[in-house]
Amino acid sequence: MSDTTDLFSKFDPLIKMRSDLLATGVTDPFGLVMEKVISPTVALCNGRETILLGTYNYMGMTFDPDVIAAGKQALDDFGSGTTGSRVLNGTYAGHKAVEEALCDFYAMDHAMVFSTGYQANLGIISTIAGKGDYIVLDIDSHASIWDGCKMGDAEVVPFKHNDIEAMEKRLKRIPEGAGKLVILEGVYSMLGDIAPLKEMIAVAKKYGAMVLVDEAHSMGFIGPNGRGVAEEQGCLDDVDFVIGTFSKSVGTVGGFCVSNHPKFEIMRLVCRPYVFTASLPPSVVATATTSIRKLMNAGEKRAHLWDSSRTLHKGLTDAGFQLGTTEPQSAIISVIMPDLERGAMMWEALLHEGLYVNLARPPATPANMTLLRCSLCAEHSAEQVQQIIGMFTRAGTAVGII
Amino acid sequence: MDRAETSARIAALIEPFNKKGVEVTDATRFTDDLEFDSLTVMDFVAAIEDEFDIIISMNAQAEIENYGQLVDAVVKLKG
Repeated sequence: MSDTTDLFSKFDPLIKMRSDLLATGVTDPFGLVMEKVISPTVALCNGRETILLGTYNYMGMTFDPDVIAAGKQALDDFGSGTTGSRVLNGTYAGHKAVEEALCDFYAMDHAMVFSTGYQANLGIISTIAGKGDYIVLDIDSHASIWDGCKMGDAEVVPFKHNDIEAMEKRLKRIPEGAGKLVILEGVYSMLGDIAPLKEMIAVAKKYGAMVLVDEAHSMGFIGPNGRGVAEEQGCLDDVDFVIGTFSKSVGTVGGFCVSNHPKFEIMRLVCRPYVFTASLPPSVVATATTSIRKLMNAGEKRAHLWDSSRTLHKGLTDAGFQLGTTEPQSAIISVIMPDLERGAMMWEALLHEGLYVNLARPPATPANMTLLRCSLCAEHSAEQVQQIIGMFTRAGTAVGII
Repeated sequence: MDRAETSARIAALIEPFNKKGVEVTDATRFTDDLEFDSLTVMDFVAAIEDEFDIIISMNAQAEIENYGQLVDAVVKLKG
């Protein structure tokens, strides 16, 4: 009888990295529990009131009274879950209503809702780009995009982040007649930077590629109607597929793809991550519908969120922190840490100050950076933003980063 | 273009990425011997793609572990 090879030995380097970090005595940055959530911007963590600055709850819809009421009503009327696939017993009136809301929000012909944003990318990408097709994508793409590429059979060709020339060179070399899909994101969530979509999409179209843009981090507040970076840059009409999520600005969970492609509806039958999973609970689609419709008229909230983003960016820059972008480009302000250990110390010092941010580390981050990622919410008051700058300054001084 | 010529051109491209001055043979592995991380791989692959005007997709890269395999792949892609 031979010895069993432990399938877990491949995780040994990560296990060691984690235990080394925790051995320094730092609080586990990936083990935070919120005991009570008081509002979109405040929760109780370790018995202490903590300002939330790492939730992606950009528009603060999670406690909107209309949204909550819609969810409660749907629970009463339709029950707690659908227990079925969208193509069998899992399509209720609410699922059609949320897809209609998305068509209205984006002014597009088709909308398809998935159970998570991750599944939306996984499903659409792996289904539309098949054997012999080419996917040309930004190297800093989200994990769900990479996993969608891996699940399909297309040739996958990455290019340097936001590098238009590098993208064009790759498109130029693709054999004639092959199907091409260019995948871009509006806002890249690690550094909070945006893509030059107008230029990139023009190049993609020049080479006959279809274009998919993930607007997960821009929906609701970038662009005149909150449709995202492509709308802001005036090139949404040239985007073939917009991918988005309900788990950020919309304030619940779920993912979607909107498109004007005339054959789009066939996706409902051929897209496995759509077919072979249960649909969203009625309460979730009801809250999403209400939230999406309210986001169509959220101009004032958007303006306030941009104010907060500018104020925080300036405050942290003035305090001496190194940020992911030189100008605020989104509601994400990313603070670059010198290394993982001091990043974790800073994260803990902020938590003790009463502030929660996301600690992001390799391999999720570009260039192996350790980041403290701050995502602002439209419900953060101007006073809270000043408090946050003070907390960062004190913690940064204590840890010796500034 | 024969294998020797291709190999010589790739050897020249590897130099700026070979920080430790490792002696490169056909058996030299990119991850284990040259200690390339994912970012280095991206820049190095881009340099080769530009030099030979080819695409080495991620699918093709997955099959390439050492220098000799890379030279063979480039020879094949150039046809």
